[in-house]
Amino acid sequence: MSKTKSLKKQNRHVFYHVIMFIWSLIVLFPLYVLVINSLKTRLSIYINPFGIPKTFNFKNYSTIFKDSDFLIYFKNSFIVVILSLLVMTIFSALAAYAFAFWKKRQARLLFFFMIAGMMLPIKIASIRILEIMKFLNLLNTIWSLIPIYVAMGIPIGIFVLTEFIREIPLELSQAAIIDGANRFSIFKMVIVPLIKPALSTVAIYNLVPFWNDLWFPLIFISDEKSKTLLLGVTRLFGQYQTDWSKVLAVLTLSAIPVLFLYLTMSKQFIEGVTAGAVKG
Amino acid sequence: MENKKINKHLSVEPKSWYWMLYILPALFVYIIFMAYPLIDSLRLSLYTGSNSLNREFIGLNNFKKLFTDDFFSLRYKSAFGHTVIFFLINMIFQNCLGILFAVIITTRTMKLKTFYQTIIFIPTTFAVLVTGYLWKLLLNPVWAGETLSNIGLGFLAQPWLGSKSTALVTVSLISCWQWMGIPTMMFVAALKNIPHDCLEVASIEGANAWQTFIKIKVPLIKPVIGMITILTFVNNFNAFDIIFATETVNGAPNYATDLLGTFFYRVGIAGEHPIAIADPGLGAAVATITFIVLLLGVIPILKFTNGDN
Repeated sequence: MSKTKSLKKQNRHVFYHVIMFIWSLIVLFPLYVLVINSLKTRLSIYINPFGIPKTFNFKNYSTIFKDSDFLIYFKNSFIVVILSLLVMTIFSALAAYAFAFWKKRQARLLFFFMIAGMMLPIKIASIRILEIMKFLNLLNTIWSLIPIYVAMGIPIGIFVLTEFIREIPLELSQAAIIDGANRFSIFKMVIVPLIKPALSTVAIYNLVPFWNDLWFPLIFISDEKSKTLLLGVTRLFGQYQTDWSKVLAVLTLSAIPVLFLYLTMSKQFIEGVTAGAVKG
Repeated sequence: MENKKINKHLSVEPKSWYWMLYILPALFVYIIFMAYPLIDSLRLSLYTGSNSLNREFIGLNNFKKLFTDDFFSLRYKSAFGHTVIFFLINMIFQNCLGILFAVIITTRTMKLKTFYQTIIFIPTTFAVLVTGYLWKLLLNPVWAGETLSNIGLGFLAQPWLGSKSTALVTVSLISCWQWMGIPTMMFVAALKNIPHDCLEVASIEGANAWQTFIKIKVPLIKPVIGMITILTFVNNFNAFDIIFATETVNGAPNYATDLLGTFFYRVGIAGEHPIAIADPGLGAAVATITFIVLLLGVIPILKFTNGDN
C-alpha cells in the first residue's frame, strides 16, 4: 500500500519536472540564441542559426563601444536611475515618518491621496506632462525624467515605508527623546537604520521599471547626447538593422546590468518586484 | 525635576505644520508631476488645438469624433478590440500557467525548486523592448527557416508577426513569456501561507492531490487571481513597448496589432499618419476613456474575487 503511494508520488514529480524542464527550455533557448549569435558574423547567423560558432567574434561588441554613443546612453541611464531612486527613497521615507507619527484626520486623508497614485497609470497623463516639461524647458535633457520617476515611485514608497515604520516599537523613539534627541535626529539615528530592508525593497521594486522605461525617454528626448540606454537601443536597432549579430550584441549589453543584479540577489529581487506588482 | 521635563517633552506632540515639513517634498513632486497632469488631462479632453496657445473649448466633440468620425472611429474601435483580446490571452495564460508553476514550486518534496523559480523570473527582468526585438529575430522565417526545415520543423518558419491572422496572438504570447514570473511568484506567496497542518489533515483524511487543490488551495488563490486580473488589466491598457518593438507604432501588419497604447501615442503625441500633427485634445479623450474604463473595471473585479470574505 505505502509502496504504491510513494511510487505514485515519484511519478507525479517526474511529470512536474517535465513541465518545468519544457518551460525552462522555452525561457533559456531564446537567451542562448541571443548570446551565441551576438558572437557570430553578419552572415554566419543565417548559415548556422543555433550552433556554437567555430570562432568567437567579439568584433560586434568592440564596434558598438567604438562607433556608437553606447557609453553615453549607458551613463545617462545610470545617472537618471540612481538619482531618481535616491530622491524617491529620501522623500518617501521622510513623508512615511510623518504619516506614521502624525495621528490626525487630515493626515489620513493626505495619506490616501498620496497612495492613490499606486492604482493610476501615469502614462495616461503623458500629454499634459509633456507640456509641463516643455514649459520648464527640460525637454531633451535627462533632467526631465527624474521628477517623473520620483513621482511614479512615491506612492508605493510611502505605502511600504509607513507600514514598516508603524511596526517599530514606540519605546525606541521614546528612549531617544529621553536622551535628548529631537524628532529629526530620531528619524536619522533610529528609524532609518531600522527600515533599511524596506528601503532596499522599495529601491529594487522601482529599479526595474526606471531602467527599463522606454515611454518617457521616447516622448521627451530626441537629442543623441541625452538619450537613455533603451532609447539608444532603438536607434542602434535601426542603424544596424541589416546586421543582426550587432543588434543582438546591443541587446545583450543592455540586458546585462539588471540580469547581473538579479542573479546575484535573486531572492530580494523577486520579493521586491512581486511586492511592487501586488502593491501591498 | 529632570523627570518632569522629559514627561512634558514626550506629551507634546509636534504640531501639524511640523509634520507637513516632512511630507512637503514628496507632496510637491507628486502633485506637480502626477496628480495635476492626470486631472488636467481629463479637462484637456474638452479642448482642441495643437498647443497651449491656440486652445479652444469644444465640449464633448473630441469624444464624438472618436466614436463617429469615419477614420478615427474605425481605428479606435479596432484598437479597443485588440486590447481586449491581448488582455484575455494574457489573463488565461498567466493565471493557468502561473497556478501550475506555483503548485509545482511549492510542492515540498520537489527538487530544484529554486532553480526553476530563478529561470521563470529571468524574462521579467528584461526590458520589454529587448524582449520584443529578440523575438522579432527568433520568429523571422528567413533567419532560421532553412535550418528548421532541414530538421523537419519547417512548419515553424512562418511569418508569425507578419501575417494579419497570427500577429496579435503572437505578440500576446511574447508578453506572456515575459511576465510569467510575476503571477507565478504571487501564487507561490499565497500557497506558502497555507498552514502545513491543513494539508496534513487533508492527506490523513485521504484527500488526493486534486481534492486538496480544489478544496484548500483554490479558495486561497482566488484573491490573487483578482489582483493579477487588475494588474494585467491596468498594464495592458497601457501596453505600448511590445508593439513598438515588434510591429512599430502603427501596429503592423495593417493595424492588426494596434492597441490603445499605440493609438494614444499616434493621435495625442506623434500625430496620426495622414495628418502627422498631434491632436492633444483627442489624445486626452482617448486617455480619459481609458481612465474611466480602468476605474469602472477595477471595482467589480475586486468585488468578485473578495466577495466571499
